[in-house]
Amino acid sequence: MKYTIRTLIGAGVLATTTALSGMAQAAETIKIGVLHSLSGTMAISETTLKDTVLMMIEEQNKKGGLLGKQLEAVVVDPASNWPLFAEKTRELISKNKVDVIFGAWTSVSRKSLLPVIEELNGMLFYPVQYEGEESSRNVFYTGAAPNQQAIPAVNYLLSEDGGKAERIILLGTDYVYPRTTNKILRSYLNSKGISDADIMENYTPFGHSDWQTIVADVKKFASQGKKTAVVSTINGDANVPFYKELANQGIKAEDIPVIAFSVGEEELAGLDTGPLVGHLAAWNYFMSVESPENEKFISTWKKFIKDDNRVTNDPMEATYIGFKMWGQAVQQAGTTDVDAVRQAMYGQKVKNLTGGMAVMNTNHHLSKPVVIGEIQDDGQFDVVWETDGVVKGDAWSDFIPQSAKLKSDWTYPWACGNCSVAKYAAQ
Amino acid sequence: MPKFKLHLALIVTTFAVLFSSPALAIDFADGVQALNAKSYSDKGRAAEALAATGHERTVTVLTALLNSELFYQKSDGEVFIAKKSGKVYILSSPLTGADLGETKKNALKKIRINNKLRGKLKGLLGGLTLMSADADQRFSAADKVFKASDPAMLGLLERALSREENEDVKSRLTRAHAAIVLEHSKDSSARIAAAKTLANFTNPDVASLLGKLSFLDDNGHPIEKDAAVFAAIKDAHKTVESQLSKWAVLGNLFQGVSLGSVLLLAAVGLAITFGVMGVINMAHGEMVMIGAYTTFIVQDLFRSHFPEAFDWSLAVAVPAAFLVTGAVGIAIERGVIRFLYGRPLETLLATWGVSLVLQQMVRSIFGPTNQEVGNPSWMSGAIETSTGLVLTYNRIWIIVFSLAVLAMLAVIAKKTMFGLQMRAVTQNRAMASSMGIRSGWVDALTFGLGSGVAGMAGVALSQIDNVSPNLGQAYIIDSFMVVVFGGVGNLWGTLVGAFSLGILNKFMEPYAGAVLAKIFILVGIILFIQKRPRGLFALKGRAVEN
Repeated sequence: MKYTIRTLIGAGVLATTTALSGMAQAAETIKIGVLHSLSGTMAISETTLKDTVLMMIEEQNKKGGLLGKQLEAVVVDPASNWPLFAEKTRELISKNKVDVIFGAWTSVSRKSLLPVIEELNGMLFYPVQYEGEESSRNVFYTGAAPNQQAIPAVNYLLSEDGGKAERIILLGTDYVYPRTTNKILRSYLNSKGISDADIMENYTPFGHSDWQTIVADVKKFASQGKKTAVVSTINGDANVPFYKELANQGIKAEDIPVIAFSVGEEELAGLDTGPLVGHLAAWNYFMSVESPENEKFISTWKKFIKDDNRVTNDPMEATYIGFKMWGQAVQQAGTTDVDAVRQAMYGQKVKNLTGGMAVMNTNHHLSKPVVIGEIQDDGQFDVVWETDGVVKGDAWSDFIPQSAKLKSDWTYPWACGNCSVAKYAAQ
Repeated sequence: MPKFKLHLALIVTTFAVLFSSPALAIDFADGVQALNAKSYSDKGRAAEALAATGHERTVTVLTALLNSELFYQKSDGEVFIAKKSGKVYILSSPLTGADLGETKKNALKKIRINNKLRGKLKGLLGGLTLMSADADQRFSAADKVFKASDPAMLGLLERALSREENEDVKSRLTRAHAAIVLEHSKDSSARIAAAKTLANFTNPDVASLLGKLSFLDDNGHPIEKDAAVFAAIKDAHKTVESQLSKWAVLGNLFQGVSLGSVLLLAAVGLAITFGVMGVINMAHGEMVMIGAYTTFIVQDLFRSHFPEAFDWSLAVAVPAAFLVTGAVGIAIERGVIRFLYGRPLETLLATWGVSLVLQQMVRSIFGPTNQEVGNPSWMSGAIETSTGLVLTYNRIWIIVFSLAVLAMLAVIAKKTMFGLQMRAVTQNRAMASSMGIRSGWVDALTFGLGSGVAGMAGVALSQIDNVSPNLGQAYIIDSFMVVVFGGVGNLWGTLVGAFSLGILNKFMEPYAGAVLAKIFILVGIILFIQKRPRGLFALKGRAVEN
């Protein structure tokens, strides 16, 4: 009866936090907003991140909190309802007076809360890989930008070790992240000598469950004599039926490898991965990477969630890095004031769970390593390739002509997220 | 290795028995050790060298490497075959197969392979098992050799061909042989003959090979310099492609029927609650979801108590899901819906609320993440014809199951006392009541039946879709679409509606894409309803009279 116990505890934690947030203790605590969907379609992914933030807060409080004050979580549920993200952001900042928000998953939810957080000058840590083409003064992007995930992944497919693919199939869910990523990838592939005739692009609705035709099309496209690989930006619930269909139609990774950007340990939890061994994923973190920091993180997580079978994943690491950096910046600034903390964030360093140092750049993106892993039969990934050092996140892609000119730098003299000349340079 | 409980005596005896030729044994031992190289290409060379030793344990070692069962000890790099057993690994010697006791997980590290190496290993294993005594093994070996397309295999293939008696294996061997000759030989008449041979194999892999050989270079000249051979390849490619496209139509039809069967399963419960009773039940999808979770619980029990009978878990899950969701359905009917008969708007809102409550309840109990529902062995894999047509077993079973459910419902409605009462109440409640039928209970049981059927659909859908709290939402719109299109209150209408929508969708998808195909279907149905408001097969019932 592990579910009920866990649930009771979860409900208990939730009840206490909400109860606490109602009391007037503002002077003694630092408030942290947690804006992740706990119901609706995205609850499947976002609940884990809510728990990660709660775990990080608990750990920090054990160490005595920050600036001599205890940290306090204010958990709200935007219910996978995009406009609600904006409303809840306003509520968190104006009513609950939180000092920072950790939250959002889908790009559309981030876009929806963006005007509000900019208007109220809040601070958001966004922990998910995304399509780039954005840099807000009020958001720190701790997930991967396309050049930290998509481009290295495609490079790997084109390389000797990755099987030297000459035809690429871009499969995605029909919304902004896959469409923008694939736009970048298409122009990148063209620059690598792969013509449009050798690129197939296909989009499916959210939660698409009947993959027979598309998988058959993949097979057909792959049987034209050139080595073919699939790049998948399929998101959320649609992945399980997609992988089940791949397995059943007997598509082996040696013949047509599928590399995914949104499939991690958590997504594979509902799948028998035996027939999928060898298919790939590109991330900045895998649970299987061996390092002392990762070992500690995993054991703390399992203890916190009270389930020995729970896995960790990339957005959790991004949340971990973001939280630690924010903590360091607050300590350095000596205050939780958004403008002061923002200045202190630049150049902040935190040890990655996969080794090396993550650094926060002035474009609000991280420098971190990229790893590519193959699915194993135990639902974990084995790293088959990694970057030599860290890769600096790029807010504006070099492979989209209009964006290549743009630069994001929030320090003097630029102080701008999307400019081609510095704001204060001419004086 | 002081950690391991060495079965010394056993090892000594096996050594004595196995190694009569010491020179070969040392080579082999070094070769196995060499598999633990740093780079993947070194590992590949080591595997090739190992295959060349001809040692009898080569196949075992390479298979272990392929299945990620080859490990090395962190302390000294020694290579072992290890199988996981609970929290420990059982070690055995790659050289002799002798049992070497067990060790903790963190003392070992897996020898990693990548896709390229995986392909190479399969090719090597194909060559090594080409002469196997087992026909199935020879069959898959021939395919592996075909894929590896290594000219060094030619001699071996010819020897295997000359002694092969099994027709199926022989045909695969011929195919592999022709492919290698066509790609690597210098003799143009042999290559033309090989191209002609390959034209008889209607298969995507053959098409792929022929396509590759008929490419043009950047200047528009064929990369194949021999004009006669190029013509033969072109011919063969055309033949194979045209055959393949004929089979593809058949494949499309199967996919359409299979999508139709999923729609039918999802909708058939609704055909009772909405079609017969006239209740707009927005919580219908959640009944499907509860059915899927029931499957998960049943499988969990099977896994912990009778793992050997796992293949039978679905046979238990189907009635269990029927009873559980049927009970939930009756509870909803008695608790909410019976107060709202004749008020469709309120029913719609109330059941929508119920659906949210059920979703969040499941989310709180089981967590928001997907639950793993396993496929029993008879539902995994596919019938793969050599023509590239793939009929997956789970889809085939779901087609059969959906038809069986429909037949069962038809029998209940037409042949049982309950069915008679159900029809009586829905056609004329007042009259039925005055004949002594307890109409309230018939309502409850009818709703329970519809919900129970939805639960059974959940069992089937758990085999192809996610088992998550959102499972039901994906099917609710489709279900209403099928019932409305097919004709409210008519089981046959539901059947025809589901299959025609499924097949239409699948034939449109390759041209329009998944998103547009769905939109077209929806628009098509709206237009159709304008022409025939009561769907394909109109029937009289309470819904109509209202």
